[in-house]
This record gives sequence, structure tokens and C-alpha cells, in this order.
Amino acid sequence: MTVISAKNLDLTFQTNDGPVHALKGVSLDIEKGDFVSFIGPSGCGKTTFLRVMADLEQPTGGEITVNGVSPEAARRARAYGYVFQAAGLYPWRTIGGNIRLPLEIMGVPKAEQAERVKRVLELVELSGFENKFPWQLSGGMQQRASIARALSFDADLLLMDEPFGALDEIIRDTLNEQLLHLWERTGKTIAFVTHSIPEAVYLSTKIVVMSPRPGRITDVIESTLPRERPLDIRESAEFLAIAHRVREGLRAGHLDE
Amino acid sequence: MKSVLPVLTVVAVILGIWLLAVIPMNMHLVADQAQRDGAMVQPDTPVARQEYSGLGLALRNPDLIPLTYQFQRPRLPSPQQVAGEMYDTIIGQNITSRRSLVYHGWVTLAPTLLGFVIGTGLGILLAVGIVYSRVMDRSVMPWAIVSQTIPILALAPMVIVVLGSMGVQGLFPKSLIAAYLSFFPVVVGMVKGLRSPSAMQLDLLRTYHASGGQGFWALRLPASAPYLFASFKIGISASLVGTIVAELPTGARAGFGARMLVGDQYGQPLVSWAALFAAALTAAALVGIFSALERVTLRRMGMAAA
Repeated sequence: MTVISAKNLDLTFQTNDGPVHALKGVSLDIEKGDFVSFIGPSGCGKTTFLRVMADLEQPTGGEITVNGVSPEAARRARAYGYVFQAAGLYPWRTIGGNIRLPLEIMGVPKAEQAERVKRVLELVELSGFENKFPWQLSGGMQQRASIARALSFDADLLLMDEPFGALDEIIRDTLNEQLLHLWERTGKTIAFVTHSIPEAVYLSTKIVVMSPRPGRITDVIESTLPRERPLDIRESAEFLAIAHRVREGLRAGHLDE
Repeated sequence: MKSVLPVLTVVAVILGIWLLAVIPMNMHLVADQAQRDGAMVQPDTPVARQEYSGLGLALRNPDLIPLTYQFQRPRLPSPQQVAGEMYDTIIGQNITSRRSLVYHGWVTLAPTLLGFVIGTGLGILLAVGIVYSRVMDRSVMPWAIVSQTIPILALAPMVIVVLGSMGVQGLFPKSLIAAYLSFFPVVVGMVKGLRSPSAMQLDLLRTYHASGGQGFWALRLPASAPYLFASFKIGISASLVGTIVAELPTGARAGFGARMLVGDQYGQPLVSWAALFAAALTAAALVGIFSALERVTLRRMGMAAA
């Protein structure tokens, strides 16, 4: 089943310095259960593309459907959870309170709220932190809490915009591993924006390489790596071959200019 | 509690300057009185003494210096005189007596609090309107700013007189002036607070398909709490000043403002000074109460660091 289908998508921002082509002729299908990474230099439109899927930006041309309907209908149906680059937890709410926020807004009954909070905290390995305030947690833990918040209302689609971009590499490795486990256990479809080649290759079933001015897709790589991925798979020849192809794609995008 | 020592240091410096200033400020008056009482004063005519500064006169008549601290109608009362007057009028009087500063304090405090409630309520409503309505943002904010440029000293008597001629007297007209001064800091602080959530946080609510009301109660309102408390502290002291100003020009017979005016008009500086200090202490207490409320609330909200 196709979760996201984009055909010939354009998005042009009108700025004081003239039009900026954030997306030009972008076509892509994401199937259910895929883990798709978007990689490219800044300005390549990877975040914009994600925001279009989430109905946070409006395309100026082309077509896109999410779960077979328009992004707006999908958003109204609460079809996806969105994770931003910053955790953005409310400082006046506990971790549990932050995770309850979408549930309260969506009118989930109280008893079920408590049960779901408990479950997603287990998923991101933060059990026992429910009553802590955000400032009592490290940056990595805060980001995990924000992922738990996005998981709490059980949307099948997870949109993640450089969720680990602000964290150091050691924490990043751990979180990447945890994210893979989580994806395996929940069977969610994940669209993941990153600018780290190893991160993209390690996580994805499909890697979308993008390049700027205008923002477009230059390569789509189907990963041949097994679904079971220990961290040391990153030293295997297969991994390095895929990473090499991603790097080539990024370089080609640059040479075009 | 770390601020105790610096505050006490500043108080000590001010007291020192005050104590020194009492001598030259009152010297001429003391010398005139001493001469009338039959003492020998150098030089020996008031006209000749005008040639000297207060300090010069004190140096020529050092034995008169102690008298400057206990002169009955001083230009500048000494700290102990003011303290004595305050002790007498706060503790030494029945609180229902017209001589009691507690009585006058309540006369001023009641409209201050009412005005603060009115001003704060109005300020919060206006701020919500300004944040949610482009039209109000464009139209109300400039007027709110203009309103604060009108000298309150000119406006207060007009309001009091007009309302008085309509039969509205007592508490309410003074509250109105207090509200007029206290709504502005609340509007400014609250608008800033309601707009403090980042674009990302607003986007997040959008992904939940949250309604405007949900966004207000869950995000904007709690986010504005630290700003609101800062506004409260400014607003409550502005409210007190507004009430006192409203008492000054209107022949009010009670309240801190009335006491200051009476002291001036009947040559009883001690009365004015005692009222002045009582008003300052009241303002400090009100601000202190809001600081404590702020600490408790923000800690309970988990924003102790703020």
C-alpha cells in the first residue's frame, strides 16, 4: 500500500530576493512499512518536502496524497506524528504531561491516556521519567520524549525532521539503534530527514538523495542491507558501497550547478 | 537572601546622606528660632545669616547642630523624627482613628487593589484581542501607548471631577485612575508572553489538528506566565501611584495622597514624610507578595529556573 505519493511536486517561495524554488518536479512513492531517509545539503528542500507531507507548507504545483487523501485531510485525521529538530517540550509540563498533550487535544479518555503514556515511555526507554520535568533530562532523553509524544496517538506514519541533528555522535548512535528497534516493533512508516550519510544508510530501506537550487531528487537508492542491523554493520562492504553511492549522488548534485 | 547585604548597604548610604543633609537644610530655621529663644547666634541678624550657606552657619554655631535634628517644623525632617511620627501614627493610634496611618493606608489600598483587578483584567483581555486579531493589533496597541503619554496628574482631577458631578464618588473614581496606569504593563507583558511560543511549537499543535482554543489554554497562556508576573509587579505599584495621584488634587480627606497634601498645606512636613514612607513600604510589600506568588507558581509549573 502506498502511504505517500508525490507526483511532479513544485513549491516556490516568493521572497524579497525573488522566487526560491524549494521543490521542483519531485515525484516519489513511499510504501507502507518503509523507512525512507531524505539526505542533501541545506536548501535542497528535504525539510520542505516533509512539511508538505504534514500540510505545514502548501505546494504550488503537482499532486501529493497521504494515505490516499490530501495532506490536509490526513492532518485532520491525525494520520502522522511529527518530530522536530528540537524536542520542543513544554517546560511547565512533566514528561508524562508532554506526552499526554496530543492525547488531551484529541480527546482520548483519561484512563487510556495513562496507559498509552506508559507504553510509549517504554518504547523509547524512558520508563520512570514520567514525573520529571524536561530540564531534569539530557538533550538526548528530551528528544526521545518528543518521539514518544509523536508515537502516543498511534499514527502509522512518523515524519522526523533531523531529530538527532543537535545531538553528539555517541548519543546519536544509540538513538539510531533504538529507532530501528522501535520501527521494527511498531511496523510504522517513517520519513526521516538527515544530513548524515551514515545515519541515512544505517536506518533506511530507501534513501532519497536531493540537491538544491532548485530542490529536487537526484537519486533514489533501495537499500540491500538486511532489516536486522547491528551497529557494526556500518563497517561492512555493503554498507560502505551504499554510502559511496549516496556520496556520489550528493556530489553530482553539486556539480550540476 | 543574598540581596540582604547589598540592600542594607544602600539603605545605610541613603541614611548617611540624609543625616548629613538635615544640618544645612534646617540650620537657618534653627538659628532664627534659637535667637528668638534668647540664645547667642553668629551672625546675629537673619539678613546677615542669609549670606551664609547652611553648612557655613553650622560651622559658626556648632552648638546649634543637635537642634536641627529635633526642629518642630523642619525643611528636612530627620530620620528619627519620621520614624517617630510613623510609630505614633501606625502603632500609637486606634486604626479607626483619622490620625492613624493604617486607616489612611486602607483608604488608599482598597482602590489600589480594585483598580489593579480592573486594570489587569482589561489588560489581559486586550492582550488576547491584540494577539488573535490583526485589526485589534493595528488599532488598540497605538492607543494603549498614547494613553500612557498623557500626564496622569492632568487627567486624574478631570476624571474625578466629571465622575463626581455624575454622583460617582469614593472608591471607584480612584480605582479608575489606578486601573488606567496598571493596564498598560499588563497589555505589553501579556502580548509578549502570548507571542512567546516558537513557530515550531505552533506547528506542532497544527500537526495535532488542535483548535485555537486548545492552543490558547495548552500553549499560549501557560507560556505567558513568567511575563505576566513581571507585569503584575509593575502594574501593582503603578496602581498605588495612580490612587495616590487621584487623591492629591481633589480635596480628598483620607488616604496617603490626602495626608501628603495636608502635611504640605498646613506646614506639617512630618505628616507628609510619614505618609510618603508608608506608601513606599506598602508598594514594597505589594511587589513582595507578587514576587513570592511568582516564585511559588513558577516552581509548581516546573519553571523554577526562569
